[in-house]
Amino acid sequence: MLCQLAKRLALGQTTSEQITRDCLSAISQRNPRLNAFLEVFEDEALAQARESDARRARGQALSRLDGIPIAVKDNLCMRGHLCTAASKMLSHFVAPYDATVIRRIREAGMPILGRLNMDEFAMGSATDTGFWGPAHHPLREDLVPGGSSGGAAAAVAAGLVPAALGSDTGGSVRQPAALCGVTGVKPAYGSVSRYGLIAFASSLDQIGVIARTARDAEMVLQIICGTDENDLTTVPGLYRPQDCGLRGCVLALPRECFAQGLHPEVRRAVMAAADTLAGLGARVEEVSIPALDLALDAYYVISSAEASSNLARYDGLRYGYRAVGCADTDELYRKTRGEGFGLEVKRRILLGTYALSSGYRQQYYLNAQRVREELSAQMNALLERYDALLTPVTPTPAWKQGQHNTAMERYLGDIYTVPANLAGLPAVSVPCGKTSDGLPIGLGLTAARDGLGRLLSLCRRYQQEVGCDDE
Amino acid sequence: MTSDYEMVIGLETHVELRTRHKIFCNCLNTYGAAPNTCVCPTCMGLPGALPVFHRESLLLAAKAGLALHCTVHENSRFDRKNYFYPDLPKAYQITQFYHPLCEGGYVDIGTEQDQKRIGITRIHLEEDAGKLTHTPGGLETDLNRCGVPLIEIVTGPDLRSAGEAVAYLKKLRSILVYTDVSDCRMNEGSLRCDVNLSLRHPGAPLGVRTEIKNLNSFQSVERAIEAERARQAALLDAGLPVVQQTLRYDQKTGQTHSMRRKENSADYRYFPEPDLPPVHISHSELSELERSIPVLPDERRSLYMRQYGLGGYAAGQIAAERWLAELFEKAVQTAQSPVALANLILGEAFAQLTLRGEETITICPEHLAMLSNMAVSGRVNSTTAKAILAALFENDCDPEKYAREHSLLMLTDENLLRGIAQEVLLQNDALVQSYRAGKQNVAKALMGKAMGACRGRADAEKLRRILLELLNA
Repeated sequence: MLCQLAKRLALGQTTSEQITRDCLSAISQRNPRLNAFLEVFEDEALAQARESDARRARGQALSRLDGIPIAVKDNLCMRGHLCTAASKMLSHFVAPYDATVIRRIREAGMPILGRLNMDEFAMGSATDTGFWGPAHHPLREDLVPGGSSGGAAAAVAAGLVPAALGSDTGGSVRQPAALCGVTGVKPAYGSVSRYGLIAFASSLDQIGVIARTARDAEMVLQIICGTDENDLTTVPGLYRPQDCGLRGCVLALPRECFAQGLHPEVRRAVMAAADTLAGLGARVEEVSIPALDLALDAYYVISSAEASSNLARYDGLRYGYRAVGCADTDELYRKTRGEGFGLEVKRRILLGTYALSSGYRQQYYLNAQRVREELSAQMNALLERYDALLTPVTPTPAWKQGQHNTAMERYLGDIYTVPANLAGLPAVSVPCGKTSDGLPIGLGLTAARDGLGRLLSLCRRYQQEVGCDDE
Repeated sequence: MTSDYEMVIGLETHVELRTRHKIFCNCLNTYGAAPNTCVCPTCMGLPGALPVFHRESLLLAAKAGLALHCTVHENSRFDRKNYFYPDLPKAYQITQFYHPLCEGGYVDIGTEQDQKRIGITRIHLEEDAGKLTHTPGGLETDLNRCGVPLIEIVTGPDLRSAGEAVAYLKKLRSILVYTDVSDCRMNEGSLRCDVNLSLRHPGAPLGVRTEIKNLNSFQSVERAIEAERARQAALLDAGLPVVQQTLRYDQKTGQTHSMRRKENSADYRYFPEPDLPPVHISHSELSELERSIPVLPDERRSLYMRQYGLGGYAAGQIAAERWLAELFEKAVQTAQSPVALANLILGEAFAQLTLRGEETITICPEHLAMLSNMAVSGRVNSTTAKAILAALFENDCDPEKYAREHSLLMLTDENLLRGIAQEVLLQNDALVQSYRAGKQNVAKALMGKAMGACRGRADAEKLRRILLELLNA
């Protein structure tokens, strides 16, 4: 979709204004039911589109994507716009600066259509923990679109926007992409600047792209990847686009990912995808990553620990929600945080605070770090011999709104996605078929830290084969 | 009456580094700007902002470590210290808890005969917090200081008295100013000190300690220590326990008070700062820093004693401040008597500074040496020297030329003085007669008149000799 639009723009067969108007019209039709967009920047996006058309007419397009609209998750700061992280706490917060990715997409000439729904502070897997109400699945509105970047996945899947930026701390880009039937890419940690991304867990957060196809996603990645002097954790050279076939490719199926708890239709679809890849010339082997069994525990300890620190700044003193009628600062802190945060966020803050507390730190935080190191070592060692790990993305297809209500049920759903975050590796979700009910299923692929270019080349080839990529 | 306890003191000193920028953002590191004008998303702790470490802070902190004889680690790392306070916009302070930059140094205090080595456990880098002002309208927060680079210098429990604590702080300040690490202006808060104090009977295990926070003058360090010693001693004498706690020293009452804030209950939940990669300083950077450290006060002091024959006190005074040491070292090149030069500087020149409310002597060192030499050779007397020095403070110039132009040089010519003396005796015949009649103390009056005739500029010794010669003739 995005590739074709770019081509048609380049050929003068359409205009940015036309594309943007089409998006706006789709949004006005479908968004009231989907609740994917929290805010649409109609006038601003149209103005940007017209400027883009004027540039292109002068032969001064800023990039191949100049004029292609994009939308962004509501945890990326855009100067002069609300940035709420779907929280009551930041429900009136207007960002005074642009995130680096926002600056980069502006510099590429991409009109920004609006802010996308998400779970509060990106904590959740169904886009139903936010202050602005749940987002809905584009195929069946009684289902969840996944999360936390559920607004982004739903908007792309419903054709409201060709691509969207999300963030992925434990699968928040890949999981909703899988459930909505679109492609989600989480680059390696350090590929994309986090400056201006409202932090959830700093050592795990990474901005990613949701688009129709790997090819589409790559065009956006080329704009947003790269080092940034405002984020010292960025590393050069992690992503370089490549074009290589599948012949000679060796893929690993970690045994641990196909054990109990996996929906049979998901297992079948993932295995079928592995067969398809084998048919294209790849060798597929079963492997074992013993530390995977502890990944989820480590993830919830580390992500919650970091979140407890990152979210401590929301105290009602300088910006954001402030409780009224408080006698002193301590009461102001307590009431503000008690009233401003939702249940899931408070749960994780408590969990993380506990895990870092003296007397428990060794038992939880340090042990979790040990698991993280061991898991990274095991994954990295495998990825020296294998081009990618093949896994499911989710244990089940999209579920009904209101199901999976215990925290434990929800956390277990992240089992296949968190390892890539813990190890800082690039990972992708590509659609690999549907259930008998017609619900999308995702195939997860994880590569070595600098292997995203090769991985996406593989995904393109796969999507051509299965007819997703009609390039 | 309190029993004879030994006091055990350790100090934690926070020193603001003299950098151009704040430690984790591009805001300028300035003092005295209008509130909340030197701020950005990072130092205000806005959502999404990230810290970016500036190496200028690292270099200054490492330099301090080298000057204080520490091991400076090539690899160190930042951690988060989590706590809620209105002056801390992120609700955590970025500091170095687990892997500090420097460890294991020392500062020597006292004199050659009575020297004591104070161990430095560690020096780590961290960011300063904002500043709170309690006003009738409520709490006002100024975030300009947020992110100003600090080093925290932690001593062992090596100090035994308020005097030692102050001597340590003075020496520390002297070294940090020498090395341009900090301006150490206590009144501006760029050097602040926390005191850890416990009492014990000599030889007994350490007692329960308390911590007095945020002292910002030598005087309050001294008084707070004395007040806290008295408080703890009274408890122990009464058989009551000392409770481990954090205290605040009230300058008005001269008492320490328990702070409402934690410490005992505080759990800072330290963990490695995920937004910042580990810090590395190379061996060659360290060597370069080592070379950039000037000769430090201790070494200069012994040099002045050995080479110039200065007394320990004067040598220490001059060596304590870099500008002063450098002034002295330049002037002494052309000084006939280094001791006289030192006395001139520490005596009359310092008196002038106090009088004028100035901080440094701006007179050209050669002129100071010249003036000292004029006094040593008797070409001006002490009163005149004082007057010339005052003139130089007002308007620096060649003191020799100034003295000549203002007819201030000493009258030493034998014949000239003899002539003046004869004239005085002629005019005071009555006094001369009574002297010759045996009233010896009349000579004093005649001497005064003769000196008056010389407008005070005569070589007093010579004039007296001549006068007595004439009287006794």
